[in-house]
Amino acid sequence: MEKLKQRYRYSFILLKQLVKTDFKLRYQNSVLGYLWSLLRPLALFVIMYIVFVRFLKVNYQVPHSAVYLLVGLVIWNYFGEVTSGSIGAIVGRGDLLRKLNFPKYTIVLAGSVSALINLAINLVVVSIFMVVQHVDVGINIIYVPLLILELFVFSIALAFFLSALFVRFRDVNYIWEVIMQAAFYATPIFYPLVAVPASHHLRQIVMLNPVAQIIQDIRFSLVTDHTPTIASVYGSGWVRAIPIATTVLLAVIAGSYFRSRSRYFAEEI
Amino acid sequence: MDDVAIKVDGVYKTFKLPHERAGSFKNIFTHVFSFARKKRVYDTQHALSNVTFEIKKGEFFGIVGRNGSGKSTLLKMLAGIYQPNKGSITVNGRLVPFIELGVGFNAELTGRENVYLNGALIGFNKAEIDAMYQEIVDFAELEKFMDQKLKNYSSGMQVRLAFSLAIRADADILLVDEVLAVGDADFQRKCFDYFRTLKRNKKTVVFVSHDMNAIREYCDNAIMIEKSEIVASGKPEKIATKYAKLFMDQARSQTEDEAGVSSRWGTGAVKFTDIKVAVSEELITIDLKAVANETVENSNFGFSVKDATGQTLLGINSQIKRKKIDTLTAGTKVDLTWQFPNVLKDGDYFVDLAVIDKDGEVWDWWEEAKVFRVLKEERTPYPISPAVDLKLTVRP
Repeated sequence: MEKLKQRYRYSFILLKQLVKTDFKLRYQNSVLGYLWSLLRPLALFVIMYIVFVRFLKVNYQVPHSAVYLLVGLVIWNYFGEVTSGSIGAIVGRGDLLRKLNFPKYTIVLAGSVSALINLAINLVVVSIFMVVQHVDVGINIIYVPLLILELFVFSIALAFFLSALFVRFRDVNYIWEVIMQAAFYATPIFYPLVAVPASHHLRQIVMLNPVAQIIQDIRFSLVTDHTPTIASVYGSGWVRAIPIATTVLLAVIAGSYFRSRSRYFAEEI
Repeated sequence: MDDVAIKVDGVYKTFKLPHERAGSFKNIFTHVFSFARKKRVYDTQHALSNVTFEIKKGEFFGIVGRNGSGKSTLLKMLAGIYQPNKGSITVNGRLVPFIELGVGFNAELTGRENVYLNGALIGFNKAEIDAMYQEIVDFAELEKFMDQKLKNYSSGMQVRLAFSLAIRADADILLVDEVLAVGDADFQRKCFDYFRTLKRNKKTVVFVSHDMNAIREYCDNAIMIEKSEIVASGKPEKIATKYAKLFMDQARSQTEDEAGVSSRWGTGAVKFTDIKVAVSEELITIDLKAVANETVENSNFGFSVKDATGQTLLGINSQIKRKKIDTLTAGTKVDLTWQFPNVLKDGDYFVDLAVIDKDGEVWDWWEEAKVFRVLKEERTPYPISPAVDLKLTVRP
């Protein structure tokens, strides 16, 4: 234990400082400061709520549709912040990389951790909404931390892969922008899963996306058990293992790719 | 093996320099489709080849070389920033590099926040920085400015803060690039004080510099890198001399190129025909031959010596020496020998020659007629190096 502490001491010190710096710099010279990490998703939520619930009258076929929508947005927001935010992270620190040898993963990890803190703040807002809307919280809430862990691992795995790839191919951020746009519409965030046609196994395909699975499972655990989840779509709980396995596999591949490339970041940037 | 701090064994490093940036998918695709006529898109630049040396613990080790010789690449490889293509580098102990002062400084953060950030980069946690915070601020003399953003600091203030942090680094091995070349005299004095402290504390220091005086004064051993290879290694005195020679050779070949165009003008009534310069440890002798092409009166012969920067150091003429030359009939040859003590320090020097009449009409003015080199056994870093006698008696 002591040995492990010694080995990761430097990484830990560095990680703490990088997260702190990230937070300090993020809302610098802004009047509302940290509040923006709340206001941004809330503003998006208000827009979506007005457009989809009030104007288009989308029927989510679940109780508490406002909270339902908000949960989806908050999770997606975290996913987008980690992945899109990480792409330029390594290149952005190029100056530092060329002058100091330090564990490169701390840069990506720091981005992920500060996004996680943002997520925590956002979940506080979600819980306020839940109280206001009288959402009954059941025993299923115990799954939420596990689902967030899955989300964290899936997001950071992509972050490692994308940031390392971006060092060599600067097209990555444009491509990723397009993918994120498509993925946003391919994930049941602002529309209910039942709106997806049942033909051609479309719902099953949509739910194989780990982010979709996580959003639906968190909604199920937090808001209402009327939420269709991957288990209910496939009719078996074990299918959950597919997105989880994807996440783990991706984490292993992305991790080793990042590890092997990180030795050459300094000269390739 | 226990007393070795750094071992570098047969290290090669090449950089691939793309002709055109190949960093986009488009290029990858075009190359996939054009593999039939596969072209080399990279130029390979050898930054280091077959570099082997060892640094003992507690040694102050110098690396010298011209710009682009590969010494900074070597330093970065010792720091683990670059990886060798071939060979191995073994580092024994905790190493902190100072490739640049104030690495990771962020202009948008306050001085205080930067201290914690930079401190983390050299391996200190918050509690440790807390403990030494006051000392850092005091040493940098920035007490009043710590809560201001770094972007409002002058560059001198930034350097002071960075240096004040750097000297706190708790490492077994320090890599120091020419960070110390910056700053004013006062700052440089502080740096050299720090160097002496390191030396006293028996720290292992790898020092890259162009300043041969610093190399001579602090280093125990040194290597010289030229065109990506180690061309000399050993005592700093030897390395410094070799390094100085490297530059003189370059300067000489340049001045020889320019010799043809070295400016010379005058009526030609009297003209220099030959110049020889002999340099010994004590004396410099300039032998001149001149010929009168017309019959002239009251001629005045002179010369001056300037250094490589073009600064005239000394000069004299026959009028000042009260040597009166009444009449030179056409065809007369004149021999002159100037001799003066060799007080010059190491370097290349130029001789300017002139012969004029008493009213200042120029017969022959020859700039940079000859270049000569001074290389002394007794060497000092000061502007002049006259022969100094030392009588030393030790009495019990």
